[in-house]
Amino acid sequence: MRLLAICALPLLAALAVLGFPVFRGRRVPVGLLAVIALAHLFLVATLWAVPEPAALGGWMAADPLGLTVLTLTSVLFLVTVTYTVGYLRREKPRSGRVFAGGLLAFLSAASVVSLAQHLAMLWVGMEATTLSVAPLVFLRRDRRSLEATWKYLVISSVGIALALLGTFFLASAQVDVPGRPLVLSDLLEHARELHPAWLRVAFLFLLVGFGTKMGLAPMHTWKPDTYGEAPSLVSGLMAGALTSCAFLGVARVTEVVMAAGLGAFAQPVLIGFGLLSLAVAAVFIIGQSDVKRLLAYSSVEHMGLLVLGLGLGGVGAYGSMLHLVNNGLSKGWVFLVTGNIVLATGSATAAGNRGLIRTLPVSAALLVLGLFAVTGSPPFGLFMSEFTILRAAITAGHPWIAVAMLLMLAIIFVGMAALVLGIALGEPEPGTAPVRESPWLVTGPVALAAAVLMLGVYIPGPLHDVLARAAVALGGNAP
Amino acid sequence: MHNAAQLVLLLIVLSDLAVLGTTRLTSCIRGLAAQGVLLGLLPLLLAPQLSVHAVSLGLGTVVVKAVVLPWFLARAIREAAVRREIEPLVGFIASLLLGALAIALAFAIASRLPLPATQQSLLVPVSLATLMIGFLVLTTRRKALMQVVGYLILENGIYLFGLTQTESVPFLIELGVLLDVFVGVFIMGIVVFHINREFDSLDSTRLTELSD
Amino acid sequence: MTWEGVAALGILGIAAPAVPGIAVKTKSLLTGRRGAPVLQLYYDLWKLLRKGTVYSRTTTWVFRAGPVVVLASLFVATLFLPLDGRAAPAGFAGDLVVFAGLLALGRFALVLAGMDTGSSFEGMGASREVTIASFAEPTLFLCFIALVLSTGEISLGGMLGTPLAVAWPRAGASLSLVGISLFVLLLAENSRVPVDDPATHLELTMIHEVIVLDHSGPDLALILYGGALKLALFGVLVVSVFVPRADLSGGAAIAVLFAGLALVAVAVGVVESIMARLRLTRVPQLLVGAAVLASFGIILQLH
Repeated sequence: MRLLAICALPLLAALAVLGFPVFRGRRVPVGLLAVIALAHLFLVATLWAVPEPAALGGWMAADPLGLTVLTLTSVLFLVTVTYTVGYLRREKPRSGRVFAGGLLAFLSAASVVSLAQHLAMLWVGMEATTLSVAPLVFLRRDRRSLEATWKYLVISSVGIALALLGTFFLASAQVDVPGRPLVLSDLLEHARELHPAWLRVAFLFLLVGFGTKMGLAPMHTWKPDTYGEAPSLVSGLMAGALTSCAFLGVARVTEVVMAAGLGAFAQPVLIGFGLLSLAVAAVFIIGQSDVKRLLAYSSVEHMGLLVLGLGLGGVGAYGSMLHLVNNGLSKGWVFLVTGNIVLATGSATAAGNRGLIRTLPVSAALLVLGLFAVTGSPPFGLFMSEFTILRAAITAGHPWIAVAMLLMLAIIFVGMAALVLGIALGEPEPGTAPVRESPWLVTGPVALAAAVLMLGVYIPGPLHDVLARAAVALGGNAP
Repeated sequence: MHNAAQLVLLLIVLSDLAVLGTTRLTSCIRGLAAQGVLLGLLPLLLAPQLSVHAVSLGLGTVVVKAVVLPWFLARAIREAAVRREIEPLVGFIASLLLGALAIALAFAIASRLPLPATQQSLLVPVSLATLMIGFLVLTTRRKALMQVVGYLILENGIYLFGLTQTESVPFLIELGVLLDVFVGVFIMGIVVFHINREFDSLDSTRLTELSD
Repeated sequence: MTWEGVAALGILGIAAPAVPGIAVKTKSLLTGRRGAPVLQLYYDLWKLLRKGTVYSRTTTWVFRAGPVVVLASLFVATLFLPLDGRAAPAGFAGDLVVFAGLLALGRFALVLAGMDTGSSFEGMGASREVTIASFAEPTLFLCFIALVLSTGEISLGGMLGTPLAVAWPRAGASLSLVGISLFVLLLAENSRVPVDDPATHLELTMIHEVIVLDHSGPDLALILYGGALKLALFGVLVVSVFVPRADLSGGAAIAVLFAGLALVAVAVGVVESIMARLRLTRVPQLLVGAAVLASFGIILQLH
């Protein structure tokens, strides 16, 4: 019952916002957004305390993997809504209905993806997340955001279509095998009996398809444009929650492939994509002059790390799960802070910003801290997860992977630091006064930062338990 | 039934080639509508006996793919007042030849895949061919509308493959897929309208401001 | 060589000029005119045969030889076709190449004769004709390959005769595609709309007509008759692919053939009245489309 409510509540709210005439006009119904966000997070929190059995005849269940992504999405959504309160005092989107409707539809779709145990249902939810975010990318209605939206739509749609084909291939692998088709538990139970040829092709197509949504190289080309042109709070939600949902798709098929004993086939592919994403991110981060595009390439890097951990197996699976949480939270944090900068100065480029530490002290400080977090410096949580993945590389007998990873992370740090420190430090333009930073705009990022900091030092018991169980399901083990 | 299904599948390939070779956008959309009708007929011809499932799926497919979406695209063409596709990135003759190559590849790949013997033997090759041709149209055409048409042909190919799995993919899911495609194209149409307003043309090679 | 075969050859020779007549009559009726009588070409031939010939001073023996070579090559090519639906008067393994070669020889002679006059109109027509031919010939060969794969025979008499009737139930789809492709080829090789408009009087828009602009008298009669015979030849190809006649008795097979020819002529007339001539740059596209259809037929056979 709770599972259905988690998915249905935001959807009903979205339909109400888009349908009822009372919501016409430019005002965004923030109250409704806040109520739904709080209700959603409350329901998800109860799932941690009191587990819920499967619903819809086994099609929906809150397993460790899904629960992680669901909680991450819910937290990010709530933080984004609090941020929206302050955001709407400065900027008014052209259509309040579309803004709120898109956000709510996204929350519903992401919930469906997290809780889906039927892989075709997961696909439907994934496509819904793509479509619900598209109007949000296009919020500013100018040429650049139009171009970004078009590229996003076309590339994502093709990727999702390939994922659908992969889903059908997976169904073909299940022909003549007992069990309900495309239901995860049955797939895992009879994994050894699945047709290996179909399973391999299904894995490749699902990886490429969902990888496009994640933003793995070489299917990442839409990311810099989309994250660069969408409003920062939308980019934060996408980088934190949408990519995690897409990773869930990849993780589900990896679960099946590992259970079927095809690990030797799947792991090198995953490692390859992971290293490629790291390399591409490293190359394009150097010389980047727009903070949002920089963060998009950082997102490509982190997606690469996620997939790399998955491919290395062993402790790497746990590292990936931990990294999923850390990355989601820190991306939300950094994008929201960038949003503050854009609200104050009008741009996120190096040309338009200098000496922010004096004009926007809180945001600039958060940005610099965010730089350190996102590049994996201690004491932030990402250091722990990246270290775990490194350990997995060495234990698995591939020290060269660890070396390559460290090298690219170092390059990325240098590239990011060059831009971020250049913006934050130095002398501001003469005549710019410090801007008053609304508490609404700052509380969210601070809370996220605190969470990431805490995860770097201490992982709460229940979280560790859930992550460990997820890691085991992915063919690895907990440290 | 077997021969009728085979005929429909062949006509689907011909409609793919028709879209590849035409210069007029309205003809492409008509070819797409024809493909939608053929796709709607297939579940009825492939099902061992007529069931509510097959009939409603066929009907739903025809309504969405043959009526609503082409109408929507035709309206977008009228709004944007475009008539012809200018020379695509690979040229029409090269497109046709690549299309023939795609068909050959599709048949070759399908003969290597482990298919159950009872399968309609043309279904998988035609689905792969349609997929590849849709991808070809998507990547080589300049007009944004043609890219949407290519995406729809790609989806048609995937849908065709899905018909091999009618037992595994339940009705609700197929509805969900159809709905997703519909909403997707709807949103694309809106974006195309805005592209036309902003850039005064539907030439997507003009969308080059953002780059690294 | 059976009696029916010889009779069919004779009837084809006599009836060939009626085929363009039927096409023109159909087009006229569909566009709301009465049009010329079906037997108009006979009257034209009779008129031309009684006239004298004028030879330009710039021409040589090539110009005089042209019409003769055209007609001779077409006559020999006819011998390879199984007009009675079973076997051809002449045939050997691989004669489809000779068939295509004879058609090419005829075209070559015609083009040379045109260029021999030294006029720029003919030169322009010649280059256009040869360009179109360079797209049409591979299409013809692709159709032949599809037929070879369907029937397992590599002689025209075999490909279009009895083995074709055997192959039809199995390879129906491929053969239909080949038939459509051959029909498009018919339109291209015989200078019909949408490739070339035979009724135009503007030299700059002509392809075939302009090459023969300087011929007169009996030479022109030979060329006009050759054009009609070529149309009939391609019509026979199309009818043979679509209607296998091996199971019919000799007389019935021939009757069906000529009925089919008439039907093809009507189809040509219909196409001419509903379509406009394509821009010259679009003609290769049309022929490549026909080639793709034929190659699809080949792929279906290989499957």
